[in-house]
This record gives sequence, structure tokens and C-alpha cells, in this order.
Amino acid sequence: MALARRVFDAPRVRRHDGLRSFLVAAWLGWQIESNWADPFLFAVYTIARPLASVLILVVMYAVITDSAFGQPIFPYIYLGNALYILVGQVITGVSWAVIDDREHYRVAKYLHTAPIDGYAYLFGRGVARLLIGTISVLIVIAFGMVLFRLPIRLDTVDWPLFLFSTALGVAALAGLGAIMGAWTMTMARHFWSVGEAVAGALYLFSGAIFPLDLLPAWLRPLGFALPVTYWLEAARRALLGPQAHGFPTLAGLTNAQLLGILAAFAVVLLVSSRLFYGRALHAAKERGLIDIETGY
Amino acid sequence: MATERVAKATGVRLFWATMWARAYPRMVGTFRERSWLFFETLLPVLAVSGYVFIYRAIQAPPAYTGFAVLGGAMTAFWLNVLWSMASQLYWDKDQGNLEIYVLAPGPLMAVLLGMAVGGMVMTGTRAAAILVICSWLFDVSYQVAQPLWLVAAFVLTMAALYGMGMLFASVFLVSGREAWHLSNLLQEPIYLVSGFYFPVKALGFWVATFASIIPLTLGLDAMRQLIFAGDSGLGFLPVPVELAVQLVLAVVFITAAYFALAKLEQIGREQGRLIERRR
Repeated sequence: MALARRVFDAPRVRRHDGLRSFLVAAWLGWQIESNWADPFLFAVYTIARPLASVLILVVMYAVITDSAFGQPIFPYIYLGNALYILVGQVITGVSWAVIDDREHYRVAKYLHTAPIDGYAYLFGRGVARLLIGTISVLIVIAFGMVLFRLPIRLDTVDWPLFLFSTALGVAALAGLGAIMGAWTMTMARHFWSVGEAVAGALYLFSGAIFPLDLLPAWLRPLGFALPVTYWLEAARRALLGPQAHGFPTLAGLTNAQLLGILAAFAVVLLVSSRLFYGRALHAAKERGLIDIETGY
Repeated sequence: MATERVAKATGVRLFWATMWARAYPRMVGTFRERSWLFFETLLPVLAVSGYVFIYRAIQAPPAYTGFAVLGGAMTAFWLNVLWSMASQLYWDKDQGNLEIYVLAPGPLMAVLLGMAVGGMVMTGTRAAAILVICSWLFDVSYQVAQPLWLVAAFVLTMAALYGMGMLFASVFLVSGREAWHLSNLLQEPIYLVSGFYFPVKALGFWVATFASIIPLTLGLDAMRQLIFAGDSGLGFLPVPVELAVQLVLAVVFITAAYFALAKLEQIGREQGRLIERRR
């Protein structure tokens, strides 16, 4: 708390509405996500779901292939599922922040009458989920390396490609998450499904757990229109090296092209989310939804 | 002006009326507010599709598509038990309904049973929708050799599962925010150990045995054996044994729910936690 107080009191933070709102929201989000249990219990809860989720795929794979974990498709499935944890956390994290503030804690009206930058606040609330997601991803990948001998060698990983593509991927996802959060503000029903529906669709159409070529031909273009498809491809190439080239879906693109596409997605989604947030906020106020409590 | 005298319900009649009163909003809501058709079938269909495509990616036999589809449909019941049974009294406490239930003359056990009956009807429609859509999308064929056994497997699984939901509801009643996190925690790990998307036999004898405490483990296994008759070798235990275990689980869970509810209501009253709202 002392450190947080020092950061919030820094002159640069106090002067800048957006930065202050972002940092305070990130701190608040972390408190909400983590302060209901002691650190050990919190760690168990944080790890159990993603591990179980990836183990479902591992068992499915083992049953059919008689545990042939050395085949190239296995690291493809495993890594895709592990990295996808971040997608789910960021996309649903922001929309759940809106639901939490409005329906659960019932503080939406106070937030919107306080001198904060609501858009930056939404991003800040997503940061806590991003942190938790990052920890889960690291643990799940380490688990795979130890137990299933995922062919990842830390000395051969293309770290610049991995870190740069992940930064761009997370920026694009944050833009998408902010759009989902803003959309959630304008909904009175089924708002809890928005983030999960989009995350579910991305899971299916981005080639996260199976190569896009398996989708019916008419659905494949959907996958090419999603930033997650390019991020997962870049991350797999960075982590797996030549093994990742075994799947031809995006083999025609160079690493630089992948990064360029991701950067374009990030810019477009961040700019769109800013514009969309303004419109959604106005619509929510106009329709009296900004602090609605539906109990639904 | 003459006033009409209303007969006062007591005893069994009160229990019966309370149960249907609590079940009513869940049952009527299914048909009155149809927007669930989009959201509550879309998400499971997406999830099931993912698992089906994985099986296709690793060239699994076609029966596994059916396994994934059936498991995906049954997730609706598990989610309903977690979020609309186990957590329900916690939500009700949060929204101020629980104190009204307690003040009303109807027994709380009837409220729980009403939640279960309404939940089964509501979720049955969702599960059926998921099953029909996914079966059509992925061309799943079924071979039901013994329909009566299948009905028995489904009914006993539901009785045991919702009995467990009633027990959880009593336990969650005294929890605060942990109820939310506990429900979250019990999703994917239970999908894993109960074999929602693969035969539970694959987990080995001991894991499958311990997982059998979750009624959907043996329920799903029995239904798969009965629906995909050609693959009976993948079953964990013989169907009659699995149904007998389900019957025992149903009796144990419903009885335990009755005693747990009485005890935890007493604790809640003594500690003033029935009307607290901790966020």
C-alpha cells in the first residue's frame, strides 16, 4: 500500500487524469482479484483452472494417439491453449470490470461522477487479469516442458519475436477488450456473455488449438481477420522454432509480415475502442443503463 | 363486502406449493425470455466445436465426436448446479431475497427443491438445444439399444446431481465471496476429472473412482455406453453398477442437504450471517 501511495502521489501521475485513472484502476483490480484469500489459496485458484483446461486436451490427445507427445501437433495444441489464457483474461477482464462495478459492487454511478478518465480506468481494471493470466501462462508452459517434454529450449527461443509479438498482441486484445467493456455498458441483459462469447469465438476461429485448415473453407477467412491468429503463429514460431513451420496455414508470411499485421490490428483496435467507448458511454447514459442493477 | 376466505396451506401442501412457487420463475422464464437461445447455446456450441475439431486434428474415431457433443451438452447441467443451485442462496442473500424466504412460512428445503426442479427444466431445454445443434453440425449418429436404461441413467444422474447442488447451496450459504471463486474453481477441473470430453476410464481406475463422487462422472459414462452401443468397451463400470451408485448418491446428497440446510441456517441465525452482504 505504501508503494502504491507513493506512485499515486507522484506529481506526473497526479497531473495526468488518464495515467492516474489507469494506475489506480490497476491497483484496485489487483486488490479485487486477489484479496479474498491468502496467497497460497489464491495461487491454487489461479493455477487450477488453466491447468485443468490444458490437461483436458492432453488426456484427449493421449487417449487417441497413445501418448505420442513427440508429434508436432501436440506442442501446437498445448502452446495454443496455454497462450490463449491471456486472450480470455484480457477480453473478459474488461467487460467483467463493468459488470462488477455496476451490478456487484454498485459503484458505477460514483465512478462516473468522479474526476477520472473512464477509458483509462477500463484498461487499468484489465491489467490485474492480465497479470494473473501471465502467471498462469508461464506455469502451464513450464508444466508442459517438465511433464510432456514440450520442445522449448530457453537458449534457442527467439525472445525479441516472442516479446514484441506478445506486446502487440496484448495491445490488440486490450483494444478489443475495451470495445467489449464499452458494449457491456449499453446492455441490460446477457452482458455477462459478451466477453465469453467473443473469447469463445476467438478460441475456435483463430487456430488456437487446431490448424485453421481443419475449419470448413467458408469459415477460414474469419480466422484471418483476427489478431489472435497472427499472435499465436508468431509466438509459436518464437518458442518452437522450425517445428512451428509444420503447419502451412500462415507459412507464407515472414516474421516481419506477422508483426506488421499485428501492429496494424493493434492501432486500429485501440483507436476504434477509444471512439467506441465515447459513443457507448453516451448511449448508456441516455438509456439510463450506466448504473443499472438488474440482478440478472 | 364479502371477502373470499383463502385456505391456508400447511404441512405437505405448503411444501408442495412452495416448491412449485420457486420452480415457476425458472420454468416460465425459459419460454417468456427467449434471448437465452442465442447466448446460452452459442457458448457451449463454440466450446464443443473446439473439442470436435481437436479430435479431427488427431484423427480420432467418429464416436469421439459424439462423446464430446454429449459431454458438452451435459456441461449445461453442471454449470446450472454451480451457478444456479450452489451459489443461488448466496445470490439471494446478496440481493435481499434470502431474508424473505426465511421470513415466509414455506420450508427452505422446499425452496431448494423448487430451485432444483426449475433448474432441471430450464437447463434441460438448453442441453437439448446444444445436443441437437451439435449433432446436426457434426453429423453425430446415435444407437440407443436400451432406451429405458437410458431414461433411468438420465433421471438418476439428475437426482444425484441436483441433490449435490442442494447440499452445495447449504454450504455456500455461509460463505462470502469465496462462493463465487469456488464455483469458478469447480468448472474446468471437474470437466477434467469427470471425463466430460473423453471416456473417464482414460484417467485410470483410482482417479475415475474418486471422481465418481460427482454424479455426472458415472452418469455420463453410463449414457455414453447406452447411446454409443458399439463402443461399450470404453465404459468404466457396467451400466447397472453405475446406476446403483447414482441411486445411492442421490439418497445421500438429498439427505445430507436436508441436515446441512437445517444446521447452517441455525448457524447463520446465531451469527447473524443470513442477512449480511459482504462484497
